[in-house]
Amino acid sequence: MAFIDRTARSLLLTELLSGMALTFKAMFKPKVTLNYPYEKGPLSPRFRGEHALRRYPNGEERCIACKLCEAICPAQAITIEAEPREDGSRRTTRYDIDMTKCIYCGFCQEACPVDAIVEGPNFEFATETREELYYNKQKLLENGDRWEAQLAANIAADAPYR
Amino acid sequence: MDFWSVYAWPTILIVLSILAIVVPIILSVAYLTLAERKIMGAMQLRQGPMVVGPFGLLQPIADGVKLMAKETIVPSGANRVVFIVAPMLTFFLALVAWAVIPFDDGWVLADINVGILYLFAISSLGVYGIVMAGWASNSRYAFLGGLRSAAQMVSYEVSIGFIIITVLLCVGSLNLSDIVRAQEDLWFFIPLFPMFVIFFVSTVAETNRLPFDLPEGESELAGGFMVEYSAMTYALFFLGEYANMILMSGMTTVLFLGGWLPPFDFAPFTWIPGVVWFALKVAACLFVFIWIRATFPRYRYDQLMRLGWKVFLPLSLLWIVVTAGALIAFDWLPE
Repeated sequence: MAFIDRTARSLLLTELLSGMALTFKAMFKPKVTLNYPYEKGPLSPRFRGEHALRRYPNGEERCIACKLCEAICPAQAITIEAEPREDGSRRTTRYDIDMTKCIYCGFCQEACPVDAIVEGPNFEFATETREELYYNKQKLLENGDRWEAQLAANIAADAPYR
Repeated sequence: MDFWSVYAWPTILIVLSILAIVVPIILSVAYLTLAERKIMGAMQLRQGPMVVGPFGLLQPIADGVKLMAKETIVPSGANRVVFIVAPMLTFFLALVAWAVIPFDDGWVLADINVGILYLFAISSLGVYGIVMAGWASNSRYAFLGGLRSAAQMVSYEVSIGFIIITVLLCVGSLNLSDIVRAQEDLWFFIPLFPMFVIFFVSTVAETNRLPFDLPEGESELAGGFMVEYSAMTYALFFLGEYANMILMSGMTTVLFLGGWLPPFDFAPFTWIPGVVWFALKVAACLFVFIWIRATFPRYRYDQLMRLGWKVFLPLSLLWIVVTAGALIAFDWLPE
């Protein structure tokens, strides 16, 4: 009896047909993928993307050249040089991040006492040459100006958990 | 005068009708690749190509331009002539078989009386392109792919041959148009249903499509016989494979699904021209090809051989005997 049952099942292709029914049904289900460049998924406020150097609302740059980020960076991607400005305040003369070394661990923004260096929500900064990924201070400040609204909102959203 | 009426005009006419067949086939091959990506995407809850043109409709054109613009690399150890000829042969054989396929009553390039034999011969020759590619590449993966392909296509051709004989018994002619006309009352897939299923599965194996794509075998042979091919030589293999799929669907349509005949012989169905019915049936077969690919995992090599020799061959032999016996016993033999 079991033999007849087994033979009938295999000759009538029951398993194959039920598999095909499954894929056919799946064809009419809603798609789970996003049409990426036109649709994007949500990002957490803690998302660690491209770096930015922020400014105070009066336009003064936040970074005080304490070099904590340079010290903690596990990939040694950050290079900072500093000297006192004419008005006596301590500022960086050079702030470079080698984005090809960076591992996006977020330690720099954790170490920063003044929320100057942050990792923003932007992850679409692919370039055609390697050199474009050696970010200097100017590029980082530009990033900060460009993303400031979102950076501030993200820091505010994450503040209760710190 | 004689030159024009005897040689020139017939030649021009033939060339034009060849173009009228080949151009739509190439276009449908291009869009078959898009259909495959779209249908497989839908079955895997993906969207498929969406970027080039509305709903990705221009994707095949972009793919074609890309493949034509790339560099053809011939490996230094390869046999250059055979390496280049192999994809051309595959593509050429996939197209040349269309000469005998009737698209509608009388719409056939060569209405020869041995049409089905011609078709069978051409589809058997298809293995040469792959074996030549596998050998000429001078690469282990490609060679293994070629060997597998040879064994696989030979095994499944045997049962395809027997199935064709079964159909011929019911028709009494080797002319493809006659085969379609013999199905006016009843399409052959109803009385010969088991043969229809075996034939369809064998055509899937014959075109090296999943779940029988062992000659290609991405996961274990890294692309099999196509491993060394790039750019236009690769594109010709690709076009050949898809043109073969369409050809095999056309063959299934002619042998079992009543060719250009409408499903019911009354008003709204008979208004639609036969060529549209033919195209619809071919499209349905192609959908099943893609559907099968989206559903099943690849066969193991010994399972493939077992299915061909120990299941399909005895079953098709048995069914020939049953069909022939029934035709004799009930005196249904065609005159």
